[in-house]
Amino acid sequence: MIRTPLRPLAHIIKARADGENPDMIERENLRRRHDETRDRLRVRAEGRLIVMVMVFFCAFSLVGARMGLLAASDTLVPRGTGEAQRISATRADITDRHGRILATNMETYSLYAHPRDMIEPIRAAKALMGIFPDLDEASVIEKFTGRSPFVWVKRRISPEQKQAVHDIGEPGLVFGPREMRLYPNGPVAAHILGGTSYGREDVRAAEIVGVAGIERARNDVLRDPAMAGRSLALSLDLSVQAATERVLAGGMALMNAKGAAAIVMRCDTGEILSMASLPDFDPNKRPRISSDVAQEDSPLFNRAVQGVYELGSVFKTLTIAQALDMGIVSPQTTVDIRGPLRWGRHTINDFLYHGTDLSVEMILVESSNIGTARLAQRIGISDQQRFLRDLGLFEPLSIELAEANQGRPRLPKNWSELSTMTISYGHGLSVTPLHLATSYATVCNGGTKVAPTLIKRDIIETGPRLLSLPAAMQTTAMMRQVVVHEKGTASMANVGGYAVAGKTGSADKYDARNGGYHEDRVIATFASVFPADRPEYVLVVMLDEPAVHNGDEIKRTAGWTAVPVAAEIINRIAPMLVAPTPNGPRALARVSLTSR
Amino acid sequence: MTEMVYGGQPVQAGDPVLPKWWRTLDKVTLSCLVVLFGVGMLLCLSSSPPLVERLDRPAYFFVKRQAFFGLLALFLTLFISVLSPVVVRRWSVVGFVIVLTAVLFLPAFGTDLGKGAMRWYIVAGRTVQPSEFLKPLFIVTAAWLLAASQDLGGPPGRSWSFGLCLLIASALVLQPDFGQAALVIFSWGVMFFVGGASIWLIVSIVGTVLAGGIVAYQNSEHFARRIDSFLEVDLDPTTQLGYAATAIQEGGFFGVGLGEGRVKWSLADAHTDFIIAVAAEEYGLVTVLVLIGLFSTIVLRSLARLMRERDPFIRLAGTGIAVTFGIQAVINMGVAVRLMPAKGMTLPFISYGGSSLLAWGIAMGMLLCFTRTRPQGTIGDSFNSLRRG
Repeated sequence: MIRTPLRPLAHIIKARADGENPDMIERENLRRRHDETRDRLRVRAEGRLIVMVMVFFCAFSLVGARMGLLAASDTLVPRGTGEAQRISATRADITDRHGRILATNMETYSLYAHPRDMIEPIRAAKALMGIFPDLDEASVIEKFTGRSPFVWVKRRISPEQKQAVHDIGEPGLVFGPREMRLYPNGPVAAHILGGTSYGREDVRAAEIVGVAGIERARNDVLRDPAMAGRSLALSLDLSVQAATERVLAGGMALMNAKGAAAIVMRCDTGEILSMASLPDFDPNKRPRISSDVAQEDSPLFNRAVQGVYELGSVFKTLTIAQALDMGIVSPQTTVDIRGPLRWGRHTINDFLYHGTDLSVEMILVESSNIGTARLAQRIGISDQQRFLRDLGLFEPLSIELAEANQGRPRLPKNWSELSTMTISYGHGLSVTPLHLATSYATVCNGGTKVAPTLIKRDIIETGPRLLSLPAAMQTTAMMRQVVVHEKGTASMANVGGYAVAGKTGSADKYDARNGGYHEDRVIATFASVFPADRPEYVLVVMLDEPAVHNGDEIKRTAGWTAVPVAAEIINRIAPMLVAPTPNGPRALARVSLTSR
Repeated sequence: MTEMVYGGQPVQAGDPVLPKWWRTLDKVTLSCLVVLFGVGMLLCLSSSPPLVERLDRPAYFFVKRQAFFGLLALFLTLFISVLSPVVVRRWSVVGFVIVLTAVLFLPAFGTDLGKGAMRWYIVAGRTVQPSEFLKPLFIVTAAWLLAASQDLGGPPGRSWSFGLCLLIASALVLQPDFGQAALVIFSWGVMFFVGGASIWLIVSIVGTVLAGGIVAYQNSEHFARRIDSFLEVDLDPTTQLGYAATAIQEGGFFGVGLGEGRVKWSLADAHTDFIIAVAAEEYGLVTVLVLIGLFSTIVLRSLARLMRERDPFIRLAGTGIAVTFGIQAVINMGVAVRLMPAKGMTLPFISYGGSSLLAWGIAMGMLLCFTRTRPQGTIGDSFNSLRRG
């Protein structure tokens, strides 16, 4: 940039020669330069002022247009009478797999008032007291004589109450239609259905929105106008669901457990016929979420889907199935089980002493931790991870419940060889009972993956194969031995007429406060399939902290707690699902809960 | 000779004051202001009965007060518009120093009137909100500084005025009064923009303001609640915004009729922040559009006249006042129609309130003074262009 001096030397010299004041030159130059800057800035300011003019013109136009739109639209609160328009925003029913109603809508009414149209507000208020004793007379009178043109009286009234209000004969009392979501079976399938509440509401309609469970997860489908007149058919079987819940509740009380969960699933399709979590609630009166109760102790908590637990020995089935599939062992291969098995600072022990070596089959039957850990060592870290990941045990299940993504499995931070050994018998990896049921469905349907679902499926889609058919069948046969063998841990599950196979798991609960494990709190699980010769259904029963007195002893293991409950559930539901096996099981029965 | 000896009629230099004032005044803007004041009185009649009832005052108490202050404000407007810009500037700077001191001492000597914000002084039994007066005075002072910085060897007026702006804004935020703080920053920003600031500086300032807004959102529950209620798609009909929307809908095109409106009974701020809802309900969309027309005429006309202005100080000060007037009107009405989150901001010349009326009377007087027709050296421009051409 060339800087023009304010006092150019040539001009100064000339001025001096002419006898003029040279300061005048500086002043003149300064003035000229000022004028130039000002002209430049004025042009710029003109442009920017035009921008401001346009901005404000747009802003005022926008406000005016918006005012016009708003003034032309209808009000939320209706004026006058005769606004009894029918709402179209209905919600589809939910049924079980046989079309029995699980959730439906009932037409009720809302009651509001137009105090300006009231003739005798005081009399009307007093008459309302007779119909709705829970209203406060003073506040109703105040509302009716106040200045507001519109007041709510009751959001939901029955047809009988409506007639009674009608009989008051007050023209200022007006009814609006209001759909109400009704769960006719009360608490049955509460956790699956979830519940609803009102969304936007005005006098003409109130929107019903799902707040939990399938009502929330499938909210859009249920509200879809295309669903009008149709219903959403779930995979549930209402009879099976009710029986499962009933027996489970009894079992939970008998076993002094603080919570329980049960799942009945079809092996081939992954359809869930019943899923229960206790304690439960009534979705018609969904309790509020309370902050002083831990989430997992709330009745709203779905243990089957949200509860993530170390499930213990039930995982041995998966380890052995994989070992068979990989051809490492056969059911009769003997494995050294001399204990304790030391690994670094840790030792792995068996619950009971089982001798020095056992066949693979007997490892499952007698539930040997050491034996399973030995098999896991031979499977290896990466193969074990791959298999468990393929089974879906690393991710939350994609089931049609709003809560499903909360059941995220907990994996070890670094998966060492020790992790592989403990996970082989169900410690170090926490999953939900539904994860377990899904894995057992894979083992028992011949080795193909299933995706659990709550929606009724019409066609059977075979998933990718995870286990060879012989390995799957051999595993199922071994699980049958767990029930019928004299040393088996689940002898109480030998239900007459229905060949049950399964595996128990009794895992000490992790003590989050002190680290380590509780001595006296267990998760007792029994994962079973029936009928064992051609498995169709998986039943998983889980009891949270059971304890039964047997003489002077306190028994907490699954064989004493979850197994008899599962047996009773099978007793009740199997007749609804499968034909009894004519012979076989009866001859082998050693212990039976059924009386003849 | 006689006159020379005995002295006669002294020769008057220049035009007589009043004729010159009338000839050069923006008469359209003045008429708009008078009409605005009239509409304001009408709306005060409509919106004050609930207030009378709540505060248990005699009938027409608030109408009389509003009329008194309104006339006083109009008088101030006329008086200031007669003054020359230099006089206005001089007294504004003096006034600015005094009012700024008053605002800064609010936390010590002010009162919150039980509303949770330290904004008022009690002077002779009346409440005064100094921050209302601070806005026009600050604008004039800042314009002076900004204009001075354009001269060769001038002071660093940009940084000084920005410093003042931040000082005022932080004092207002501490009250807390986010609305007025935002207005002050906005008016300074526009003056800075029109005063020829580089575009990058403007962008960075806008960014800072946005960041400040986010910080306020995270730290002030009061502020966050208002933003949240704005962002919610469904309008709860029992909130301020819900009542306002219902009122506008009820009003339709021609209104429910004088005194028939209901919204004023449910809205606590019906006579100030939500007065446009009262207007829309009782007098309908037509009246609201007339109001919008009046506001936009004043703003757009003043800006257009200022475009021809040659003196940088007058141009900047006039622009600052005009846009502050405009933005306050836009925000107040925009809130009622849910274009913006709820923000307590009065509608100039319409909302009830003595401080607000007087302050806007002064500001409008300044605006009229700045927008008066002045010789702008256009002949010199023609000569220059001839010479260059």
